[in-house]
Amino acid sequence: MSAGQTAKASPDRTGSWYEASARTRVRLLLDPGSFEEFIGPEQREISPHLKVFGLPEQFDDGIVVGRGLLDGAPVFVAAQEGRFMGGAFGEVHGAKLTGLLRAARDLKSISVLLLLDTGGVRLQEANAGELAIAEIMRAVIEARTAGVKVVGLIGGRSGCYGGGGLIAGCCSALAVSEQGRIAVSGPEVIETNRGVEEFDSRDRALVWRTMGGKHRRLLGGAELFSDDTVQGFRDAALDLLGSVADFGLDTLKAEQARLEDRLQRFGACPDAIDIWTAEGIADAASVPALPADQFIALADQVRRTSRDAR
Amino acid sequence: MTLADILTSLFPGGHDVRNDDGVLSGSGALRSGGRALVVGIADRTAVGIDEAIRLSRYVLDSIASGSGPILVIVDSDSQRMSKRDELLGLNEFLAHLAKCLIYADIHGRPAIGILYGHSAAGGFLATALATRVLVGLPGADPVVMDLPSMSKVTKLSIDILEEKAKSTPVFAPGLQNLAQTGAVHLTWDEATPLADQLEALLDDLPDARDRRDALGKERGGRLKAADIAERVHGLALQTR
Amino acid sequence: MEDLSYRHIARQRAGGTRKIAVIGVVASGNLEVLAERNLPDAECLVEIKTAAEGFGEVWNAVIADFVERHSPGGVRFSINDGGARPDTVSLRLAQAARLMQEDDQ
Repeated sequence: MSAGQTAKASPDRTGSWYEASARTRVRLLLDPGSFEEFIGPEQREISPHLKVFGLPEQFDDGIVVGRGLLDGAPVFVAAQEGRFMGGAFGEVHGAKLTGLLRAARDLKSISVLLLLDTGGVRLQEANAGELAIAEIMRAVIEARTAGVKVVGLIGGRSGCYGGGGLIAGCCSALAVSEQGRIAVSGPEVIETNRGVEEFDSRDRALVWRTMGGKHRRLLGGAELFSDDTVQGFRDAALDLLGSVADFGLDTLKAEQARLEDRLQRFGACPDAIDIWTAEGIADAASVPALPADQFIALADQVRRTSRDAR
Repeated sequence: MTLADILTSLFPGGHDVRNDDGVLSGSGALRSGGRALVVGIADRTAVGIDEAIRLSRYVLDSIASGSGPILVIVDSDSQRMSKRDELLGLNEFLAHLAKCLIYADIHGRPAIGILYGHSAAGGFLATALATRVLVGLPGADPVVMDLPSMSKVTKLSIDILEEKAKSTPVFAPGLQNLAQTGAVHLTWDEATPLADQLEALLDDLPDARDRRDALGKERGGRLKAADIAERVHGLALQTR
Repeated sequence: MEDLSYRHIARQRAGGTRKIAVIGVVASGNLEVLAERNLPDAECLVEIKTAAEGFGEVWNAVIADFVERHSPGGVRFSINDGGARPDTVSLRLAQAARLMQEDDQ
């Protein structure tokens, strides 16, 4: 990086994270001009499986991986493009992330930011995608065991579903925006398999309050809630990188206790509103409509999310 | 083989594995001495928050007090698809279970998956795929994506999908396809006592490094994953 | 899927020093354009992979117009198309050409 670039004006980070492409998120999130991509689109490492189905390919297979600087500190970054194949994990897509995490594990000192935006496994290469997710989960745990912080940032179009939800659960910490739905089974999947009485996927309010970022923050499934801006996610990433604890057996024991406690306290609640009420929020029904700043203040008041139980 | 047959064949010296509503827990005597922790899912039970939290508890208790390998015996459905499970954060429960298994595996408690029936999607990731070595028994029937669902999304008929599946193991269900992609390391023979095959595996256990991508390349089922991961790894290690 | 390729002589070399640019995503009604400065100064090549077959003449017209307007000499454009309309194609090509005219990062 030359001196000329460090002198560059700071970029406009007020734009929507949700609306931005994976490349734009990476470019704006990191320090200006600092990003260096591994196996960029010019390498044309496309999926070998989509042509079997007559589907168009993307030169980066829907994920951007590389390194850059965040407030001067080196970080590895991976960003999924939620608009290409729903951000789903295929063979090449997944392998790029696996390789990045294994490098972080071996170097031990460089944190990883995962900009997740995914519907889960790419069904045209389902076996390869599922296995890629299993490899990524293992690589996240190996990296964390080696002392690496792996922070997930979730606020994209495709949310974070299927195996993506499990990868999110393996991270050291998560920041999520209201749009950043986190779940395993998506609304349509539940409805298709269990009927509309179990889950009405067209009831958007139900989807948001069951899987959306506000609920995940209030439940303790995400450490921080971010406004839907690049600046919001950048601030959250810096906060989390500075505060997450080491990973070890005590972390797992604390997580076991945290999840057992959640089941005991909220296991009989039929809806998110009931959980928020049980958490002591007086007007729980108003939560979905709260602006980000008011919600963050409320969330900090009712639940101080632990940073050492994940 | 039924679950009872499998346990008897694995542990001729006896076991105390219980099946509580599809959740397996207990231990079995190894011929080479010591005991193996047994956890798992039986009867094609869906892996929901209630199942996952019990399994992770067994694993954590065993890390604290036990030794020896951990066998993860699986005949499961996918993750439990319900409002309640998602409302309470199923992704965290499944990830936590996988983390416990992987942590144990890295720290001297090798995790060995034994897939004897069905498994799918998130249920598969949190159990059988969170092990060091995954063994398939004949008749095992893993399904990442079933063809009827695929047919619905791709708008291709099941006949066409089956035709395409002949040229690639990368999307169609089944033990053979998953073995070719590197997910299933080996298949045991039902005609030989499973205890013999388990002891042989334990005698010659690979180290904890994840080699499933290399295995997929070797077997021709996943030709690019290992090379791409290695290339990114190499580039990333050249850090200033 | 259909592969198309159009080679043009450009009036002049594309300005700027940037070696590579990528814009857009492959999604329904959208496309990605990868631009690489690796041709002789007077040449321009546009290669397309598209899911929508049988639109060769439309592509021909859109690209001829693009080359005429932007004169992106020396640049190879590679397109993955998810069935974008001609105006979207023109927009993305123009964006790619504009990015190439920036100075290299």
